[in-house]
Amino acid sequence: MSAGVAKVKDASADFVRLTDVTKRFGDAPPALDRIEGAIKGGEITGLVGPDGAGKTTLIRLMTGLMLPESGTIEVLGFDTRQNPAAIQASIGYMPQRFGLYEDLSVQENLDLYADLRGLPKAERPAVYNELLTFTDLKRFTGRLAGKLSGGMKQKLGLACALLKKPRLLLLDEPGVGVDPISRRELWKMVEDLTKEGIGVVWSTAYLDEAEACDNVFLLNQGKLLFTGPPSELTSRVDGRVFKLTGIKGRRRPTLARILDRKGVVDGVIQGEAIRLVLAEGAQSTLEKEIGGEGRLVPATPRFEDAFVDMLGGGPGGKSKLADATTTLPSDGGKPVIVAHGLTKRFGDFTAADDITFEIPRGQIFGLLGPNGAGKSTTFKMLCGLLKPTEGEGRVAGFDLRRDTAEARNHLGYMAQKFSLYGDLNIAQNLAFFAGVYGLSGRRKQERIALMTEIFDFAPHADMSTKDLPLGLKQRLALACAVMHEPEALFLDEPTSGVDPIMRREFWTHINGLVEKGVTVLVTTHFMEEAEYCDRISLIYRGRSIALGSPDELKARVAGKDNPDPTMEDAFIALVQESETEAAAA
Amino acid sequence: MWWIRLKALIIKELLAVLRDPKSRLILIGPPIIQLVVFSYAATLEVKNVDIMVLNRDAGNWGQELIYRISGSTPTFRSIAYTEDPAAVHAAIDRQRVIAAVQIGPTFSRDIEAGRPADIQIILDGRRSNASQLVAGYLNQIVAGVAADTPAGQRAASAEIGVVARNWFNPNLIFQWFMVPNLVASIALLIGLIVTALSIARERELGTFDQLMVSPLRTHEILIGKLIPPMMIGMFHMTIFILAAIFIFGVPLRGSLLLLYGSAVVYLAAVVGLGLFISALSMTQQQAILGAFLFMVPATLLSGFATPIENMPGWLQPITLINPLRFFLVIVKGVFLRDIPASEVLDNTIPLALIAIVTLSAASWLFRRRLE
Amino acid sequence: MKAPVAEPNRLDRARRFAALVRKETYQVIRDPSSILIAFVLPLILLFLFGYGVSLDATRTRIGLVMEDPTPITRDLAASFQASRYFDVTNGNDRRQFEEDLIVGRVRGIVVIPSTFSSDFAAGTAPAIQVIVDGSDPNTASFVQNYARGVVATWAALRGLETGARPPAVSVEQRFWFNPQLTSRFFLVPGSIAIVMTLVGTLLTSLVVAREWERGTMEAMMATPVTAVELLAGKILPYFILGLASMTLCVLVAIFLFGVPFRGSILALYALSATFLIPALGQGLLISAATKNQFLASQLALISAFLPAFLLSGFLFEINSMPRVIQWITTIVAARYLIPSLQTVFLAGDIWPMFLQAIAVMLLIGAVFFTLAARSTRKRIG
Repeated sequence: MSAGVAKVKDASADFVRLTDVTKRFGDAPPALDRIEGAIKGGEITGLVGPDGAGKTTLIRLMTGLMLPESGTIEVLGFDTRQNPAAIQASIGYMPQRFGLYEDLSVQENLDLYADLRGLPKAERPAVYNELLTFTDLKRFTGRLAGKLSGGMKQKLGLACALLKKPRLLLLDEPGVGVDPISRRELWKMVEDLTKEGIGVVWSTAYLDEAEACDNVFLLNQGKLLFTGPPSELTSRVDGRVFKLTGIKGRRRPTLARILDRKGVVDGVIQGEAIRLVLAEGAQSTLEKEIGGEGRLVPATPRFEDAFVDMLGGGPGGKSKLADATTTLPSDGGKPVIVAHGLTKRFGDFTAADDITFEIPRGQIFGLLGPNGAGKSTTFKMLCGLLKPTEGEGRVAGFDLRRDTAEARNHLGYMAQKFSLYGDLNIAQNLAFFAGVYGLSGRRKQERIALMTEIFDFAPHADMSTKDLPLGLKQRLALACAVMHEPEALFLDEPTSGVDPIMRREFWTHINGLVEKGVTVLVTTHFMEEAEYCDRISLIYRGRSIALGSPDELKARVAGKDNPDPTMEDAFIALVQESETEAAAA
Repeated sequence: MWWIRLKALIIKELLAVLRDPKSRLILIGPPIIQLVVFSYAATLEVKNVDIMVLNRDAGNWGQELIYRISGSTPTFRSIAYTEDPAAVHAAIDRQRVIAAVQIGPTFSRDIEAGRPADIQIILDGRRSNASQLVAGYLNQIVAGVAADTPAGQRAASAEIGVVARNWFNPNLIFQWFMVPNLVASIALLIGLIVTALSIARERELGTFDQLMVSPLRTHEILIGKLIPPMMIGMFHMTIFILAAIFIFGVPLRGSLLLLYGSAVVYLAAVVGLGLFISALSMTQQQAILGAFLFMVPATLLSGFATPIENMPGWLQPITLINPLRFFLVIVKGVFLRDIPASEVLDNTIPLALIAIVTLSAASWLFRRRLE
Repeated sequence: MKAPVAEPNRLDRARRFAALVRKETYQVIRDPSSILIAFVLPLILLFLFGYGVSLDATRTRIGLVMEDPTPITRDLAASFQASRYFDVTNGNDRRQFEEDLIVGRVRGIVVIPSTFSSDFAAGTAPAIQVIVDGSDPNTASFVQNYARGVVATWAALRGLETGARPPAVSVEQRFWFNPQLTSRFFLVPGSIAIVMTLVGTLLTSLVVAREWERGTMEAMMATPVTAVELLAGKILPYFILGLASMTLCVLVAIFLFGVPFRGSILALYALSATFLIPALGQGLLISAATKNQFLASQLALISAFLPAFLLSGFLFEINSMPRVIQWITTIVAARYLIPSLQTVFLAGDIWPMFLQAIAVMLLIGAVFFTLAARSTRKRIG
């Protein structure tokens, strides 16, 4: 592969060259709007952006399976219009769901793709051996692909894409639904490949993954916002990112206040602190205003800070929703949500094992873990969707499986992917949820009108929900969940895939509601989101391996070589710690 | 309170069905296809038949017979003539004609002489139903010719007449039979599919959990899921009843009240089955295939196309669990025969029993699947 | 820059094709729904058509009214009772059967009027009345025809005994190929065509749509495999599966239902294999157009199963349909297969008929395949 490496050094040998690429679907605004850029070999290029940004479309255009409306794409020297076959012969492609046949075993999947890619029979034993070792799948060659875990499927998908060593590897959201440990392993594998001169395109909605890429294409709503090394983007906000620590009083109202100040571009809760992006020269004025409320210390800029800055900053700190919510009386610190020894077994598989925690009024509690770890099972047991095999869960004093349906009037629920009735329009969805929560007559009209006003639904009221942009879907899902002013709010992956601005708006509302005394249980596989919580429980393989505030958990793993660990570092360290314990026991 | 919740759910269900393009496709496509294809194409009548004649007779009587056959449109469309028995063979073999009439050389002479004359009819047994009907027509024509022969005229007084009268449908119009059948089968199709899809759709969308955490109780969800398909089934039935009366001119002789009264029970049995299918299926596609797997045997074993009494004895009891079987009796009875209320009741009671069994089994399964 | 790998050699091609076929075979074997549609559903359908659907009106229930019992009328009544077509209940007043007719307990009433004996003796046009339930026209026609037959046979026997002259014209009718007029003999071969439609069109459209839904189609397309290889790799396994389920049905037809098989195996397979071409073509076209299992199953049922069932001459005579619908039937491939299959079973090899059917089916197949190949380019979206 030395020739390949040599080629990489040659600047003219771009692996992919995009010239004025536009792609539309129907009458909608373009999915990709005049994209320009080049992708080089021997590097990881990140296609970064929220859902609907155009990442998948761009990858498909590079495979030659889709053609642009205008503009040209050259891949490995071939035009995708003229010679897609030549491109397809030298690329490896892993689509979003890995492109595996679930009814075929690991070995059969490998054989199939080896045949399709024309890998000579003689080379197979060596290649299989290398890939299976590389992906650590050797023990599972006889297992059906459908029976593998998410992380294993992903590795197998990668192995299939790598059978005949491609010159360009296209990976569409390989990090989705995979636990952080597998994600790191995968990243390492891919980095090794780039050393051989292979070009890698890695698309992702996680902005933290972008930071590790050699080069990024930052996409938003079909537009290319930035292309270049991530450090170049973060340098935009160099010297403008701070952490407000040592906050006196409650940090959420503080954030709400600060966000409305002039010169504050962005702010989010980060554990006990607040992370801020300020406008040029706003530091001194803000420091004055804050006075003794806390200390402003400089922080390392992250990709997300720069992204939000580039989009013109986050929303303000005021939540009209919270303003319209009546304050719940405090009742002497009795916990609102209680999980006591919750256990769920499906056959001989334990999905959730002895999970215990309490959430006092006005707090946000997070269940953090990769998909399939058991956080959804725990969540469902608490809101009454699943019957625990052992243990019990209570919400506002009720056991939701046994107590009357009226007890459920105390909780609001926002499901994964904002599952609304896609064929109903916004008004019909609101009317339905108002009705099932027993609102009628004047009150129903008032609440619906209020939600429509707060979330600005009026311009879209007649659209079928399924045609709404993701951000509006999220707003509607929230509106439906809080229509009846619940005491406790259950949020299942509430912000997955939405852009950082929408995510901030969402959390502004949640923060506001929490200040009014609403108790929130949230699940997320998104490590950064865990920082918004008061306390979190790390769920891994059905067990809660750690419980505490984000700062506590991070502090537990902080050490000499990593004084300021991220939530993901903490997660990985804690998982490894618990595995060592398990091995010892 | 419970009424507000239930109303919201029923309205939502109706909206979901009516606004979903896939559901709309099902609500509009198959019913129109059924109405058009079944009522116009699904006929056991025999019309426009092609036959062959091999006439070796030189006299008038052979000609007379052929003349009468060709005159009886629309039953006979064309007559092919041949002199060659091999051609008859080939035409039947290759299904160019369904029947061949062979008239012998002495046919007219025998008749004139008062001797018994005979003709031969060869029919294609591969299409035995049509062949039998064609044989019936030809026999009647031949009998007509025979009656006009001198010998026939002499014997006429001694000939035994068979005076046939068709009650309820004097001209044996096939659509009078088929269209009321469709009223029952469309309600089955729609009731089944709409119910089966409604839960599968929620599962696919992930909204099912949303319902379960709401204050709706399980039985409210069940009722809210069952009433809209019954309403839609009732709507389709009404459209088909109107089409039967005003487009196809089928007489409605009995009481609509009885018909609708029993239809409610019938639809309850049907949506119970639909719920059962949906509780078993995870996706909308499985629900459609499940409904199809039930529809085909239910239709074939209902008396829809062929009478139940033609089935073997061991198979007939199986039809007793088929709601379509009982409702077909009611629909056809009310339309054409004005059956008495007691008879409607006799057929509604089994429907009610089926409804109780399907609804309770489906609710049980539905609750179990929630665990 | 010339492509070094763009020209696939023949060995690669063969190996890719074999890999696709192997993959499909594993999937068929491991996917219960394939087995269900290819083997269980056909058997169910065959049993339904073999037992459940019968056009042979044996033992139709009728009421027999003798208004004036005399030796003559008793003798005629005995003929009705002896008939294998009727299940007779006796009475002496027609009113007692009228309600039975209304509620469907009897299909017809045969009335031998009080004047029958005297008219018969005097030779002054004796007549009986047959009142049938017209609400089922097919059964009504059969009851009428059978009643006429019973009377004619009785009169002829009576005439022989009394030495009266035979009727002026007698009809000798022969039903070729199926003298017992067993409807099962033509329904079972016909249902085999419907079974092959299910495998060829419904199952094929589902499995291809599933690949689109699960994203495996996309992964395949990004490999050097060509569109033709992809199509062929789908067709061959389902072609063989279609023939396998046909073979199963034929064995059941012959050995369980006792349908005679007078033609040749060659003709049977030639016809079935040809029929699978339009059936598979339609399945591929549906899946390429919808890329969605739900819509594919809907479309396959409406555009393939229903026509094969209703518009093919399987149960309902095409000639009796309105002109417009008759035109539509000309593009239903099953319409050409069903008469040929019935012929292979009941009549034997009639090649001129088969060749014509094969030619038309090939033509329809060619149209479907052209359309399917056009819509299955290596493109998505």
